Amino acid sequence: MRFLSSFILMAVLSFAAGLFLPWWIVGITCFVVVALIPQRPLAAFFCGFLSVGILWAILSFLKSNANHHMLARKVSMLIIQLENPYLLIFVSAIIGALVAGFGALTASFLKGKK
Amino acid sequence: MRIIPFSIAAVITTAFILLFNTKLVLKAPLGKLLSPQHGIWQNAEPADADFSATLNFDQLKSNASVYFDERLVPHVFAEDETDAYFIQGYLHAKFRLWQMDFQTMVAGGRAAEVVGEVALNHDREFRRLGMVFAAENSLKKMEEDPTTKASCDAYTAGVNEYINSLSKSALPIEYKLLGYVPEQWSNLRTALFLKYMSYDLAARDNDFELTNARQFFKPEDFLQLYPTIQDSLDPIIPRGTLFADPTIKPIKPASADSIYFKEAIAVDKLLNPDKENGSNNWAVAGSKTESGAPILANDPHLGLNLPSLWYEMQISTPSFNAYGATFPGSPSVIIGFNDSTAFGFTNGGRDVRDYFEIEFKDDARSSYKFNGEWKKTEFRYEVIKVAGKPDYLDTVAYTIFGPVMFDKSYSGKRTGNTKNYAVRWKAHDISNELLIFNQLNHGKNYADYQAAVENLHTPGQNVVFAAKSGDIAIRTQGEWPAKWDRQGDFIMPGIDSSYMWQGMIPNAETPFQYNPTRGFVSSANQRPVDATYPYYLGYEYPSPRGVIINRMLADTNKFTPQSIMKMQTDNYNVFAEMARPLFLKNIQQDQLSADEKKYFNMLAQWNLRNDVNTKGATLFVKLWSTFYQKVYADEFAKAPQPIFMPFESTLLEGLLKDSAYKFVDNIETPTLETLGDLSTACFKSTVALLKDLDAGKGEKMEWGTFKATRVNHLARIAPFSRFNLPIGGGINIINATREEHGPSWRMVVHLTAETEAYAIYPGGQSGNPGSRFYDNFVDDWAAGKYYRLWMMKKEEAKNERVKWVMQFNKKAS
Repeated sequence: MRFLSSFILMAVLSFAAGLFLPWWIVGITCFVVVALIPQRPLAAFFCGFLSVGILWAILSFLKSNANHHMLARKVSMLIIQLENPYLLIFVSAIIGALVAGFGALTASFLKGKK
Repeated sequence: MRIIPFSIAAVITTAFILLFNTKLVLKAPLGKLLSPQHGIWQNAEPADADFSATLNFDQLKSNASVYFDERLVPHVFAEDETDAYFIQGYLHAKFRLWQMDFQTMVAGGRAAEVVGEVALNHDREFRRLGMVFAAENSLKKMEEDPTTKASCDAYTAGVNEYINSLSKSALPIEYKLLGYVPEQWSNLRTALFLKYMSYDLAARDNDFELTNARQFFKPEDFLQLYPTIQDSLDPIIPRGTLFADPTIKPIKPASADSIYFKEAIAVDKLLNPDKENGSNNWAVAGSKTESGAPILANDPHLGLNLPSLWYEMQISTPSFNAYGATFPGSPSVIIGFNDSTAFGFTNGGRDVRDYFEIEFKDDARSSYKFNGEWKKTEFRYEVIKVAGKPDYLDTVAYTIFGPVMFDKSYSGKRTGNTKNYAVRWKAHDISNELLIFNQLNHGKNYADYQAAVENLHTPGQNVVFAAKSGDIAIRTQGEWPAKWDRQGDFIMPGIDSSYMWQGMIPNAETPFQYNPTRGFVSSANQRPVDATYPYYLGYEYPSPRGVIINRMLADTNKFTPQSIMKMQTDNYNVFAEMARPLFLKNIQQDQLSADEKKYFNMLAQWNLRNDVNTKGATLFVKLWSTFYQKVYADEFAKAPQPIFMPFESTLLEGLLKDSAYKFVDNIETPTLETLGDLSTACFKSTVALLKDLDAGKGEKMEWGTFKATRVNHLARIAPFSRFNLPIGGGINIINATREEHGPSWRMVVHLTAETEAYAIYPGGQSGNPGSRFYDNFVDDWAAGKYYRLWMMKKEEAKNERVKWVMQFNKKAS
């Protein structure tokens, strides 16, 4: 329950903050969520990782799909040297996920061991 | 708190943020770039994007509407001219912001600011040429004119309104990839953009290269290698036209033939505009068309880029209604038509950039020798910002001739130069070129056209004109220096005024044609007139396109827009028509193997067309270039660099006149090689080279595949470019499409009561690589198709072709 509510909260806050603040705000939103609703380190990491990873995957997929993947095909050639929009979406999601996951993990160490 | 794991996790988080937010480790800040809310995903325009909008601006005098058709061409309807230019600026920015910003950065010698140290020499050369100095001079004149000032002010305001409306995440994708942000637009940037066009069209010269050739070759050889008029010339103004006596008689200094040819020059410009920056244009009178109405055609040949140099639009106000190709970066329609007339351009191509050797008193360069006195130098301090590096300061000395472009601190691609060369460039002079476009957009008749073109000083252009009244005309317009024979072909001394330009050819002496009896006017960058014209015009004019155009125009009196389009995309190789017989006659067939004979027959049977699928075209082109190189390789082996190479037509005409052309002999061998020996040897080596391409299905030898035309992204971002386009044509062909250069806008206008116009360009209306309108014209362009242009009427707002409406409202105060 705690995992799920944190997961949703992280996604919602990250999306809202992303509208106005730089991309790496996702690390901070996840940190804040875990600081407020403490989780064990491993759970916290996966909560942030999955929450923002899935958020970013969905957001970039929606953009790319509406675009018929025209741009993603070109940019994937540029960035990963492969014409594969889905791989580019995956790479995007992983980047957000890593920053978010480690942000969440950091906060999980705020509390001492029980 | 578990301090150690906390710290470790915090460090890792920070490290990831740094890794993905900077270029410290990765080549690109991937987090910034791939964030769906900030990065490139934001540029992925929905395929069904809605371009309709309602916008409110203080600057507008009244409400205006923009109707976009299915090709995303805007049709602007404004009650006031300045409102129209405000909207034009806004639309240019909305669809082409990055390109406008980038091109003017390049024009102003600020490329290093964006791309770093690799562009430093480019920037130094542009600053030293005085690009900004020239733009500032123009701007003064532009802002003196109330019409130009008002249109530029409105245009600039429109661009800036768009820029200011952008959030960082909405920036064009190139800013994100290259990592910078747009700058505010200004009238100076419009002037800089126009100077960039002047650079592209009126800065080409070979003065250092030709000076070296002249000091290296014996005078009689020099004359043979570098004639100033081609035999095959069919000038813009037909031979036999009488010219009035010149009002300026430039005096050639007595030392002109001897002074400068003692030692080689160690300057090699980094940049020289493409010699094929040219175009075709023509107009046929009603007497030569099926309908009885004139037809005008124009296709400017320039570097092909994405986003395109051109943006198509219609601008309609109570005082004018014009349609055509516009320059993102400048107000008005540049090439196009209105309700009464049509107008187009080809490059004039005369040499208006000359160099003078300056003698400074000492290393401080604070004064230089001029007319027996020491004249004070003015300095311009050029601060060149370099991405990732400290600023570079270049101090440029300005003389009475112009800026000292080359000196011991900067000599282009060479080092070791100790001399000082000031550049005299016509584009430094004060002029307001924008007025010509404004007036042509308004023009109703021949008199309006005549008045409009007088504003064009640099770059000089062959301006073609046709009107619904039936008039056709062409003027070889521009403000040209009145030169003595071969003035400025070589470096000149700058210690006094004797070698300076002595005046400008008066406009009354501009060669022109108005309703000629032959029923057509045309230009294809050939020499404008024959040798009877009393001023020296330089030497670098390609002839063949003019020959074939005039032949085709004379051929029939039944022209239709369709036949003109066919002609504009024609692939007939008139140069090969002249050159092939030399090969067929001189290649010694008895020395060919069976395989080589097969290719000999291919050459003999080739239909002289550089169509996409022909192999004969590839064989001829390769054979000719091998032959050309072989003929001159020995003579030029020891020549000083840089050196100017003879024109291909010079070699061809030399051989046609005399098959014992002296340069055919290889001076390195004791035997006397003949044309037969050389062409046979070249044929054999060409076949050996092409056989591999011809293996398998042989498609690699087909002309279109071999040539592999591409349209490069402006910043050379490969996935944003288009490669291997199936299109024929080439150099010396009406369809002048080369590898990355060619017809950048093809237009045919039939001046019937209801204008019937067609056009296409190799690009798309949107500059966003993530838009379906980015390159959607490219394939049709390659296939030789055209779009029927819609000169929309205001009452057609409900027409089904209108897909989106942008409403520009005056903000209620």
